[in-house]
Amino acid sequence: MVKQKYPDLRQIVLLFVLAAFLTVPLFGELFYTRLFTRIMIYAIVALSLDLILGYGGMVSFGHAAFFGFGAYTVGILAQHGVESAFLAWPAAILGSAAIAAVIGAISLRTSGVYFIMITLAFAQMLYYFFFSLEVYGGSDGMPLASRNTVAGLIDLGDHNSFYYLVLAFMLLTLFFSRRMVQSRFGMVIQGVRENERRMRSLGFATFRYKLVCFVIAAAIAGFAGALIANQSLYISPAFMHWTRSGDILVMVILGGMGSLFGPMLGALFLLLTEEVLSGFTEHWMILLGPLLIIIVVFARRGVYGLLCGAKDVV
Amino acid sequence: MDPILIFIQALNGLQLGIMLFLMAAGLTLVFGVMNLINLAHGSLYMMGAYLAATLQQQTGSFLLAVLLAIPLTILIGMLIEVIVLRSLYDRDHLDQVLATFALILFFNELVRIVWGPQAYFMAAPALLSGSMQILPGVSYPVLRIGIIAVGMAVAIFLYVLIAYTRLGMLIRAGATNREMVGALGVNIRLLYTLVFGLGAALAGLAGMMAGPILSVEVGMGESIIILTFVVIVIGGIGSIRGAFIASIAVGVADTFGRVLLPPALASMVIYVLMAAVLYWRPQGLFPAHG
Repeated sequence: MVKQKYPDLRQIVLLFVLAAFLTVPLFGELFYTRLFTRIMIYAIVALSLDLILGYGGMVSFGHAAFFGFGAYTVGILAQHGVESAFLAWPAAILGSAAIAAVIGAISLRTSGVYFIMITLAFAQMLYYFFFSLEVYGGSDGMPLASRNTVAGLIDLGDHNSFYYLVLAFMLLTLFFSRRMVQSRFGMVIQGVRENERRMRSLGFATFRYKLVCFVIAAAIAGFAGALIANQSLYISPAFMHWTRSGDILVMVILGGMGSLFGPMLGALFLLLTEEVLSGFTEHWMILLGPLLIIIVVFARRGVYGLLCGAKDVV
Repeated sequence: MDPILIFIQALNGLQLGIMLFLMAAGLTLVFGVMNLINLAHGSLYMMGAYLAATLQQQTGSFLLAVLLAIPLTILIGMLIEVIVLRSLYDRDHLDQVLATFALILFFNELVRIVWGPQAYFMAAPALLSGSMQILPGVSYPVLRIGIIAVGMAVAIFLYVLIAYTRLGMLIRAGATNREMVGALGVNIRLLYTLVFGLGAALAGLAGMMAGPILSVEVGMGESIIILTFVVIVIGGIGSIRGAFIASIAVGVADTFGRVLLPPALASMVIYVLMAAVLYWRPQGLFPAHG
């Protein structure tokens, strides 16, 4: 395709969104700073699910498990006196990756509907595990006394510093993910999505590629989990409940899967819609349900698909 | 462990398995015939329980409530099929998952609006309350025996329906090759709606029978739907026979896990069972397709 000289609608919207994100804390409204911190963290999770769903074609219905596991890692370490982010965050990433390696190794033996249900079931297994783990709060969840420390470099307890740190991590994750999907590895993953048998005939060990992709996505989700634990200062099994996995899936589809930006816009769109609808009525889900059905039936390529027009998006 | 306790727990496991079978049979039938993955199957279970609880309060009779609530649940199921799901048969499973996930959100909130957030308790009918002697010195709740009996009857009914009736023949044919069935002049749309109604009836029935044992509350469908997924994944998606065997296995494994293991581990037993079965047979015990 010919490279475009002028920015198209999509680029304008993305620049506008980025500019908006940069300026949120300047308004000094704590409510909005916290809301948008949360939105950015979910944008990271949605982006990570897009790696396996949009690029790898693996419909995982258990992504919240890794998100919650990351959050619990931070909480459990804090309860045992480890408060440094330099220890807790990498532990969240590695822990989620390790869990994903086991779950992925079993789940990826199957495909299609089986894969959807198995990832869902494993996520529920972890949910019930933490739900009945009384040592770490059980069904009530556990509070986090304070945010992690970063060797005194910045104070994460300050909402604005934390906001900009999350923003930086979100952009970093986006950059890393874009590089990844454009790399040889990313091409193989997309090839597997299109036709796994052909990729196998070409000599690629497709199972291993899929597993690595699954683990990377889970690691990113675990990292986002570490961030959400710091953001909300409270960790509960609800983070890994299957409806949370459903929410993340909705963000990806709503935004437009297989585009990285799309799922992030999806997170923004869904969480803002929730805020707005819940302002009208406490029963906002009765509006959200039909809205989602209409989007699934009629607008299949999501918000990002609408911005791009017919091309580019899977 | 005491042999009598083992026996009692085995019966409890059987009873849970029977409940799971009622759910799994409908879900696997809908998947087998329409190739539709329906997360909202648990919502029909919940609606069945709520309708029966309300009708029981109004009429004062458990039997009458069940007899009225089953057709209502079928009606709700058929409405869902006609309004929402019909346009999703040709879509990929991801779209179906999302749309039926949205249905769950809708029904949960609907129940919260109509019935409020507090849980309902259904009283068991006089005939089924209390315990009976099943062995010398061993008594067991009549209600649970009733559930086992009803479930067994439903299993036999389904077997006869699918193996020996014309409708069953069409269901089997539809699962194998739906274009061909349509080309032979069968109204496939009507068949789909009927199958979905049948699934809804089974789910509703399970919900009504769960009512007196568990509490009737928002989200009750979700806790059982996950177990149901485990069942049909183990049994092989689309296979009623697989669903029956896997239901009993999961019911018994889960019950004994809760008796023998600490809670955090007990909740993981059936998932370990599922992982083991899938490691050995990735398509489940009785794969129905290919």
